[in-house]
Amino acid sequence: MCQVEEDYHEPLQRADPLSVSKKCVKCKEGTAAVVIRAGDAFCRVCFKEYFIHKFRAMLGKNRVIFPGEKVLLAVSGGASSCSMLRQVQEGLSQNAHKKLRFSPGIVFIDEGGAVGQAVEDRRRAAAELQAVFTATGLPFVTVPLEEVLDLPSSVLAAASLVASGTGAYKAAVGDFVRSGAAGCRTSLDPERRAPADVQESRTRSLQQLIGSAKTLTAREDLLSTLRQHLLVHTARSEGYSKVMLGDNCTRLAIKLLTSISLGRGAQLAQDTGFSDSRYGDILLVRPMRDYSAKEIAYYNRLFGVPSVFIPGLETKATDKSSIQRLTESFVTKLQADFPSTVSTIYRTSEKLQTACRSSSTADLCDRCLLCMCALDTAAENASAFKATLISEQLSQAQAAGDTSVVTPAPKEHESAAAIGKRCTSGAEDCGNAASGEGCCSSAKGAESSDLRSLLCYSCQLTIRDMSSVERLPHYILSEAQRRQRRSQMREEIGEFLLDAAD
Amino acid sequence: MSLGGAELLFNGVKKHHVDLPSQSEPWDVKQLLVWIQRNLLRERPELFVQGDSVRPGILVLINDADWELMGELDYQLQDQDNVVFISTLHGG
Repeated sequence: MCQVEEDYHEPLQRADPLSVSKKCVKCKEGTAAVVIRAGDAFCRVCFKEYFIHKFRAMLGKNRVIFPGEKVLLAVSGGASSCSMLRQVQEGLSQNAHKKLRFSPGIVFIDEGGAVGQAVEDRRRAAAELQAVFTATGLPFVTVPLEEVLDLPSSVLAAASLVASGTGAYKAAVGDFVRSGAAGCRTSLDPERRAPADVQESRTRSLQQLIGSAKTLTAREDLLSTLRQHLLVHTARSEGYSKVMLGDNCTRLAIKLLTSISLGRGAQLAQDTGFSDSRYGDILLVRPMRDYSAKEIAYYNRLFGVPSVFIPGLETKATDKSSIQRLTESFVTKLQADFPSTVSTIYRTSEKLQTACRSSSTADLCDRCLLCMCALDTAAENASAFKATLISEQLSQAQAAGDTSVVTPAPKEHESAAAIGKRCTSGAEDCGNAASGEGCCSSAKGAESSDLRSLLCYSCQLTIRDMSSVERLPHYILSEAQRRQRRSQMREEIGEFLLDAAD
Repeated sequence: MSLGGAELLFNGVKKHHVDLPSQSEPWDVKQLLVWIQRNLLRERPELFVQGDSVRPGILVLINDADWELMGELDYQLQDQDNVVFISTLHGG
């Protein structure tokens, strides 16, 4: 029962404070050092074993990484990704039969420019991380986020989609080895793109791009989309076929609830699952998804895993500044009193799967321009989405009816006509210039509604929060135009195309 | 010591050697938090303490062991104890 006051005076069911037994529950000998989950106290040795075993089990259970394959580790400097790096290192150095057998490389995306970090701070953080990477002996590259402005639009063109067959692991390994992809090494040259060389004008463009999103929620969303595009591009250009991300259980639980709040329910399985195949040829993998933030922090501290803290967009932000922050504070507070919160959310997320609508027609035009997931905006007659659209139009018609509309300039006419044509719910008549969403700022309305038809629901919300879509990087805008031209063309020649059924 | 971004609230200083003023009863962690808030915390106290305790999401290790095993706020500090605060939160 939800009450307004949050003080419950009845005793809550919480884990008993462990004061009596301080022995490890597993080996029963060592003194306990860490409390995992609710009530299990482990000693250092057992904890380390447990930690390492979980990593291997995660990779072993979801067998998607082939021996000899090139895997890119996305390290942000934070605790989880540095821990992942250490686990990969340890796994590679073990004795032969249990050794991890893929070839990793490291990428660090320097986001200091987007956050407004000073150049010396960026340089210092990058240098610290580079020292960490050099010590591992793995090839690494530092990529400043400003490079996202120069990406080719082929980033958004998903390469041929990989067929997913559950029993096909061995066959897939066979194919992989035969194709000769194993064993070719391109050395990542770390000096190639040092963050210190980033031109200030590009940093400023990036800041303007991020700044054009008015809410912190939209900014975070935009930043993570750009970061992901850059990661995929780096993987493709350096010849990697898989990318390992360091999202931990706590972060994914928060992401799950945040995604639901942002309208990304249809993409939950891909956003929070172990493997994410939306980019086709590049598979995103999350091996740390079974570790809570506490376990990772303890491991790093007890076993000396170096990490570098780099402030992000949400550092020192208040609880209510964005949906992501609000959800994070909700989950962490709940977790403090009910330690099974995060693991319950995690177990629920494990059961999610993407509903494969006809994957044979997974055309490019059916994918969101920004997040590359299948579009979820088919507004069927009785759907909730249709209801949202209708109420949006009604409320705008209402608002426009109250204010006296000045004679529209010719520009407004054009854009209103364009909006009328692109209206997603065809039944409603919104050809009226006053009720089109571009009545206040016509140019913006035309552009953003142009993009809307190419985006999934939550990306539409993010774009709506942006003051101007012109600031989006060139590759996004040109890909948008390309898709629009294709869909126009398809409409025109539609009747001449043979249906598959014929 | 504060890690994981918590040092931002302490002027970026990660390690603090602290001599607590002597008093009749031994210091416990609850009092230590009050002392830290008054003397070391430079800004945004709500990002570090909440009520009597630390904000949820901040881990406390006493001599490299979980403070839950030591009695949390009631643990009595001893000489040369090493207390580490690790922030696991995104925002701060």
